Amino acid sequence: MSDAKILDAKIPEGPVQDKWTSHKFNMKLVNPANKRKHTVIVVGTGLAGASAAASLGELGYNVLNFCIQDSPRRAHSVAAQGGINAAKNYQNDGDSVYRLFYDTVKGGDFRAREANVHRLAEVSTSIIDQCAAQGVPFAREYGGTLANRSFGGAQVSRTFYARGQTGQQLLLGAYGALMRQVEAGSVKLFPRREMLDLVKVDDLARGIICRNLVSGELERYAADAVLLCTGGYSTVFYLSTNAVNCNATAAWRCYKRGAYFANPCFTQIHPTCIPRMGETQSKLTLMSESLRNDGRVWVPLKKGDDRKPSDIPENERDYYLETKYPAFGNLVPRDIASRSAKEVCDEGRGVGPTGYAVYLDFGDAINRLGKEAIRQRYGNLFSMYHEITGDDPYETPMMIYPAPHYTMGGLWVDYNLMTTVDGLFALGEANFSDHGSNRLGASALMQGLSDGYFVIPYTLGNYIASTSMKAVDTDAPEFDQVEKEVQEYIDNLMSMDGDKTADEYHRQLGNIMIDKVGMSRDTEGLNWALEEIPKIREEFWKNLRIPGDAKDYNKELEKAGRVADFLELGELMARDALERNESCGGHFRVESQDEEGEAKRDDENYCHAAAWRYLGLGDTPELVKEPLHYENVIPSTRSYK
Amino acid sequence: MKINLKIWRQSGPDAPGRLVDYSIDGIDQSQSFLEMLDTLNEKIIKDGGEPVAFESDCREGICGNCGLVINGVAHGEKGACTTCEVRMRSFQDGDTVTIEPFRAKAFPIIKDLVINRSAFDRIMAKGGYVAVNTGSAQDANLLPVHKDAAEAAMDSAACIGCGACVAACPNASASLFVGAKISQYTWLPQGQVERSTRALGMVKQMDAEGFGDCSNHAECEAACPKEISIANISRMRREYTKALFAEQGS
Ligand SMILES: Cc1cc2nc3c(=O)[nH]c(=O)nc-3n(C[C@H](O)[C@H](O)[C@H](O)COP(=O)(O)OP(=O)(O)OC[C@H]3O[C@@H](n4cnc5c(N)ncnc54)[C@H](O)[C@@H]3O)c2cc1C
Ligand code: FES
Repeated sequence: MSDAKILDAKIPEGPVQDKWTSHKFNMKLVNPANKRKHTVIVVGTGLAGASAAASLGELGYNVLNFCIQDSPRRAHSVAAQGGINAAKNYQNDGDSVYRLFYDTVKGGDFRAREANVHRLAEVSTSIIDQCAAQGVPFAREYGGTLANRSFGGAQVSRTFYARGQTGQQLLLGAYGALMRQVEAGSVKLFPRREMLDLVKVDDLARGIICRNLVSGELERYAADAVLLCTGGYSTVFYLSTNAVNCNATAAWRCYKRGAYFANPCFTQIHPTCIPRMGETQSKLTLMSESLRNDGRVWVPLKKGDDRKPSDIPENERDYYLETKYPAFGNLVPRDIASRSAKEVCDEGRGVGPTGYAVYLDFGDAINRLGKEAIRQRYGNLFSMYHEITGDDPYETPMMIYPAPHYTMGGLWVDYNLMTTVDGLFALGEANFSDHGSNRLGASALMQGLSDGYFVIPYTLGNYIASTSMKAVDTDAPEFDQVEKEVQEYIDNLMSMDGDKTADEYHRQLGNIMIDKVGMSRDTEGLNWALEEIPKIREEFWKNLRIPGDAKDYNKELEKAGRVADFLELGELMARDALERNESCGGHFRVESQDEEGEAKRDDENYCHAAAWRYLGLGDTPELVKEPLHYENVIPSTRSYK
Repeated sequence: MKINLKIWRQSGPDAPGRLVDYSIDGIDQSQSFLEMLDTLNEKIIKDGGEPVAFESDCREGICGNCGLVINGVAHGEKGACTTCEVRMRSFQDGDTVTIEPFRAKAFPIIKDLVINRSAFDRIMAKGGYVAVNTGSAQDANLLPVHKDAAEAAMDSAACIGCGACVAACPNASASLFVGAKISQYTWLPQGQVERSTRALGMVKQMDAEGFGDCSNHAECEAACPKEISIANISRMRREYTKALFAEQGS
């Protein structure tokens, strides 16, 4: 561990409430007239990327903004449904910045950095103001004020929403701000580009290599800083609720250039998704968590009971959440609901064609409240379910099963959102900083916009103002070198002429990941995964088939590059999960549970962020720890009994 | 079940294109339409061919990335859904299905079923927003918005920018897309200041991109996966005319 960089989170001094305020004052500013001389690369146009690019453009920086889709408006953030949290306390129900801070630290099961979380809670209120001013059509009360709902078991109503399309509307707001800067000339857009590598000059991040996804040509871009806003990596599991093009490639290539990857094993598996129905399925659809408010979760008491649900009498059903967690019942937190579903299915009591599904039954609610009331509450969701599965949930119970949904892990960043590579920043789901080992519902949108609108405009300025760097353009030898490496990599991928497709390898990896590195993890399974994944990787690099030409629009080449990275990231996730021999948040180690089978956290040994440092392909990466200190929220055990 | 396909293949923007026949067996009712195409592509690759290029991302009807003309109808005959939401359940064993890209002069083909819709971004750049810099907003509740107005704005804002309206329109007009954005802001107090410049800027850019005029066929409304009403187009016309007069008068 000797030559490893010390992980200095650069947390400002002072009480947690004052840190951000005093830090903002202490940071250096870039002279307004000089800003346009500084080029900033923003990779990604989701909530984090679009808000950052727009805000930096407004400040006068020269921004280059990249995304893989044909338009920035299609970034995966568009799919978020439920809402966005903010400590406005408009409902007068006892919310406050401190309470949102507290809930987030506790919800993250004491594995997030207090200072970051407090800042997030502080700026949350400005996010809502900003988005409302942009004309985001948030839900309103009759008096015209903003409406709120309580989300994901929160005890206060602090979630703002725009029907079931909150992510879409927030993204269109940020996209609008971005397009305004495009029109003003401060932001230049590069859609249909995939960042494939990072270029460092004098150890500072100074540019990127992209593949133009239409022409297939490699392109170079130089800048004074690079912002990675490239989202999460749930698609490492192949089947997830994420959009099919979500990937880890940009973050992974930066990891290989010296950015540490923190807590890769912290993933969130969402309990209420439509189960997998067949071999060729390409993604899993999230059903709103709100369904658990009225639906009752059950499986047959007997193993292998394949009667129709309506033929199974009441006394032969196991409402396992209600029995195990009488206080919270069907409303237990996401990780507990997910794990319990897996347990009963592993016991052989799962339902549906694959045996990996549980019932979510609205029969009682319909009897109690009437079909109409249920239709009003969940009409849209019921018809969506009907459409996808062909089953009518008014007549027969829904079937649900957990699905990978969000990744709390990501590139390690300090308080300023800078990675261990100077000049390389990570924002949004791509970083690891705010959610610890479990993210609360409606907090990802908040974090993406906080990072982009309100944090990076300050911390980036400070970096630029306090770093001396030489002028660099894309003719620099460093660009030649990295581009050459990328070209060789692509040539290798194209050259195999094997007989399996990238998707086949992806599915193979996904099966291992969900089985051994999914909802519950144990030493044996993780060790097995650590042996199997490299074998698949080896075969991949011998037997992959990519049709067509690299210098052309080529989806198979795109996919192959992403799968190649997942085949490395998956291994790191297993390694991280094995190293962390405790259960916390979304990470459940079978070896670390109490007598009642509940997760047991181990603060003595694991109260740290685990950041991994790349040492070369095939070499075991080095674990570098950032110890976490809790000065305000004292670690306690979660209990939902 | 077995499905026969006629798919538009075109190797590049300037290459000639044609419908190519395929047939694929073993398709399951539970598959989505795009999963059927995934299965076809896997088979083509194994047979040494080049897969059909098409786009998708969210695969749940919100990103607007997918968009195919299925049997002559943008996003398929079912209506009120995107291509990725079409399920194979709605087809029968032995059906022949024709698949083509969204066609319009302003949406040039890149390859096979993939088109270039960047014209939409350029239209949005001309005013599809409220000009407010980060950090300059007042407390959100200081600007009340009538619930009905917020709902109406949301109805228009639901547009996913897929371009089905353009593909469905005999004139390849983008009026529903542009009308929806302009309308969203007419409902909201935030949108008032730039009301005229927005209408002028967006409509002029739409024309400059080579989209056709609207002649009230209402095919766009029928094809819209988000059921956006053509009332948005009338509102756009009013806004544009008012703005023109104001511009000329000033
Ligand atoms: C179905 C669903 C529902 C959700 N609902 C909620 C909710 O209600 N509330 C909530 O708070 N959170 C929710 N989330 C989580 C939340 O949506 C995401 O965490 C968040 O939107 C991520 O935003 P982002 O800006 O970090 O990344 P993304 O939105 O994923 O954007 C990533 C961007 O990076 C670009 N990119 C990626 N790789 C490259 C590359 N190599 N080169 C160039 N560009 C690249 C992409 O093109 C894209 O523009 C939900 C998630 C899902 C899947
Ligand atoms: S893939 Fe997103 S709308 Fe169809």
